[in-house]
Amino acid sequence: MLRSDRRGRRRGGASRVGVAAVAWTALLATAACGGTTRDENAEPEDRGGPTGEADPDAPLRDDLVVAFLPKQVNNPYFTVADGGGETAVGEFGGEYKESGPTEASASSQVSHVNTLSQQGTDVIALAANDPNAVCGALDSARDAGARVVTFDSDTNPGCRDLFVNQATAEDIARTQVELIAEQIGGEGEVAILSATPNATNQNAWIALMEEELAAPEYADIELVTVAYGNDEDEKSFQETQGLLRSYPDLAGIISPTTVGLAAAARYLSGSEFQGEVALTGLGTPNQMREYVHDGTVESFALWDPAELGYLAAYAGAALASGQITGAEGETFTAGELGDYTIGADGVVVLGPPTVFEEGNVDDYDF
Amino acid sequence: MTALRARRELGVLLALALLVAFTAADNSRFLSSQSIRDVLLSASILVVLAVGQTVVVVTRNIDLSVGSVLGLTAFATGKLFVAAPGTPLVVAVLAGVGLGALCGALNGALIAAARVPALVITLGTLYVLRGVDHSWASGEQINAADLPRSFLDFGTATVLGVPVLALVAAAVLLVVATWLGSYRVGRELYAIGSEPAAARLSGIPVGARVFLAFVVSGALAGLAGVLHAARYGTVDATVGSGMELQVVAAVVVGGVAIFGGSGTAYGAAIGALLLTTIGSSLAVLRVDPFWQQAAVGGLILAAIGLDRALAARTARRAAARSAADAAAGQDAGRRGEREATHGS
Repeated sequence: MLRSDRRGRRRGGASRVGVAAVAWTALLATAACGGTTRDENAEPEDRGGPTGEADPDAPLRDDLVVAFLPKQVNNPYFTVADGGGETAVGEFGGEYKESGPTEASASSQVSHVNTLSQQGTDVIALAANDPNAVCGALDSARDAGARVVTFDSDTNPGCRDLFVNQATAEDIARTQVELIAEQIGGEGEVAILSATPNATNQNAWIALMEEELAAPEYADIELVTVAYGNDEDEKSFQETQGLLRSYPDLAGIISPTTVGLAAAARYLSGSEFQGEVALTGLGTPNQMREYVHDGTVESFALWDPAELGYLAAYAGAALASGQITGAEGETFTAGELGDYTIGADGVVVLGPPTVFEEGNVDDYDF
Repeated sequence: MTALRARRELGVLLALALLVAFTAADNSRFLSSQSIRDVLLSASILVVLAVGQTVVVVTRNIDLSVGSVLGLTAFATGKLFVAAPGTPLVVAVLAGVGLGALCGALNGALIAAARVPALVITLGTLYVLRGVDHSWASGEQINAADLPRSFLDFGTATVLGVPVLALVAAAVLLVVATWLGSYRVGRELYAIGSEPAAARLSGIPVGARVFLAFVVSGALAGLAGVLHAARYGTVDATVGSGMELQVVAAVVVGGVAIFGGSGTAYGAAIGALLLTTIGSSLAVLRVDPFWQQAAVGGLILAAIGLDRALAARTARRAAARSAADAAAGQDAGRRGEREATHGS
């Protein structure tokens, strides 16, 4: 996740990436195992296990039960991602379900996985709160016939069939560096406003951004510091203020977390620094619309969570229908998103992040 | 006693001054007008909550549900503006305060009916109200673009350089502190906190007063929710989670006794300002993020320690003075001195 789990609030933001992968895994697992009560109305021969043979020409089954299990049910980001899944399930004629915990804690998803498994779900699309906590439950679900696809946040690769990754860390880092370089005219001091100091994906992106900034074309850009807003509004406000006080020549801020970006934008929009200090990062169009229109933020990036859920649903359906088994190099078609190829470790990448700016920010609603 | 209380607030104020001086010595921009505005703005919401909490804590109770009430009213305010974008600001504020008061009345009624400590009841309503918020929001988020410009401007506007939110907080502080300090009902709240049984025997309607205290705390948490929505422009069901502990910390740091009966709203407000300033200072001083939380805790303990040391010294001096006075038997002189201390 982009955001750390330290607080329950607004966790939705950037964290969405890992979820898709989990869902894939769930889907794969589902497809592998037959033998649930629902098998009476399903054609058992359609259910290939992850170990079975892939039949790329197999049609998508139209009787699949696809369940989305987000990190937490009242998270706006997952509401949109699951909505994308629902659209996809509607397209291939399956039955869509959503189930999940209200708290994004490590073990909160276990009982939901068990219930879905008992209900004979064919595909479980899961955004894992913890890489290991749900593994036991997922294994049982896969034994019971479910295919498991993770999305946004992956589990241990051994407990899922596929992971739908929202974007590679390299793409995410590169996009943000490109955006800030463009906005500050290729030279000056920049700072990063992150989530918590311990957030794994944040730190991975920050390391990659540092690498990217070391390239000759960015020689005139200096990364002065990394601040941590803990994905809290108030703390992000104060850290933004601290950056502006400590580095009077600061030209731009990158905030690779939705909470941090929105808070920094809100602060800049009401301060003397509006338009003086550039700001970009990962954020949702709905959250940032106001600040793009008022000139505080020129452009920012994020993947489209609806596409992420959409891809996870299709990946799960392809698994459950026997088109793919989750092995590297297999390909499948995800509705209007087109063809995808499975990479190493059963990972499918949605694509580079979408850049939102004045011209297109109003075309999105999430 | 007045002198003692005044000293206690001075202790926190001194801690605040030391912190500001230290930070400003490291980075003079910490005292720039924008920076001071930022700190005042940041503290406003916490001050409003801390003042409300003071009213409850002086009665020897505690309200842990304020974070959830704030979250609920912030979301309600957002929904109100989404449903009726033309809603006047005053109506939104009144709606928020009303909803908060309702939550406070729920707390008060449960405490009166169940005769269970407020800690337990408000711990329950903390979760109940958050649950209501979650199910109402069901994943929805209110964004700045959904809120009218005038409402967002209210969150950042200034009058003569002072943020409007800070002025609102100051007005709330002034009214509540005066009410607590100089009005009959306010003094009765202290009496209840000092010794509930004695208060009851002396004819104070303890149940009704405690109920009122919770309604006030709820109403102010409701107001804080509206201010939160205006300030951040982004509201979802998790707004204000965990805020209650910050509020209690501010109140305690501000010299309000957690067992009731003493402390002032001014002290609590200074406590809130101190906690906010600690956060801002650490960001300006670029303290290692892994150590920041420990540093916050350490500074809170240091502030309380300083406050206790000053209070103990004052108490010793007062004791020594009255002993000396008694020995000299100079009644007139003692009266004069007492009046002088009262005046300070």
